[in-house]
Amino acid sequence: MVPFKAHRPERHPLAIDDRARDNIRFIRETMERAGSFTAVPGWGGIAMGITAVGAAVIASRQTSALGSLLTWVCEAAIAIAIAVWTTYTKARESGTALFSGPGRRFVYGFAPPLLVGVLLTFLLLRIGVYHEVPGVWLLLYGTAVVTGGAFSIRVVPLMGLCFMVLGTVALFCPANWGNLLLGLGFGGLHLTFGAVIARNYGG
Amino acid sequence: MGAKSGIARFSREERTRRAATNGAGVAPNAAAANLDRVIHERTRLAIVSALAVNTSLTFNELKELLRVTDGNLSVHARKLEEAGYIGCTKSFAGRIPKTEYRLLAMGRRALEKYLDHMEALIRATREG
Repeated sequence: MVPFKAHRPERHPLAIDDRARDNIRFIRETMERAGSFTAVPGWGGIAMGITAVGAAVIASRQTSALGSLLTWVCEAAIAIAIAVWTTYTKARESGTALFSGPGRRFVYGFAPPLLVGVLLTFLLLRIGVYHEVPGVWLLLYGTAVVTGGAFSIRVVPLMGLCFMVLGTVALFCPANWGNLLLGLGFGGLHLTFGAVIARNYGG
Repeated sequence: MGAKSGIARFSREERTRRAATNGAGVAPNAAAANLDRVIHERTRLAIVSALAVNTSLTFNELKELLRVTDGNLSVHARKLEEAGYIGCTKSFAGRIPKTEYRLLAMGRRALEKYLDHMEALIRATREG
């Protein structure tokens, strides 16, 4: 009696029900993952890299530490605008919703470390420790990219790790290296990885 | 009791089954439920789902996305091609051969039908 039933799974509606749900979930998850695949705007990374190189040049001409930090804050605003715009364009072209699964997942992973970075910046500026700001920025931006890109293609978290390495260097090097390291990170790494993503992963 | 544990084991396996399964990944009751066997297999379902949200994906992109081996992907992609669900264009990027896949209208219809089928199964069990 018992083995007979085992060969008739249609007698067990719960099992079929579960499996159907599981299949639908599988399709949705694959679509979300595949969507995030192209949501990474490689050419946006290149654009951010170019503006960051410009920012590094302008920041190096500032006479005060605060002046060069403010230059970088402006660059951050421009970079965010570029990132949002390119991601939006990319999402629209591939017909995926910007804040469906992949977009939301990236923001959830990306935003918290970035927010901590902003708060720590205020703290460091208040106590007047300007020269530690580049290290904190590079470290926390790197963390944000690693956590945000954890479900994306592997080069994304790898880029985050490179930022964290630069941030670590910034913490233990002379204060006047800060601007150079910011340029290397936000300029060099964005350019390099942006080019890799644009070339190998379809934009 | 024996039957129950048998069913439980099967659905657990089914749940933990990842994209990298072979052709044997078709559930035994697929035929009974009159399912589209071409699309029911996990790797092929993943290929079609991934292509549904992208205009096209290269062989390497699909491979990395679905975490499958070269052999596995090419076998399943060929099955989908033979069914007329996906199209494949081969070109050269410099000297490196580049294979690009895209979803055809028939494949999109098959995915929609499969989703409808799954929803119908859920609805039927809820009502029954």
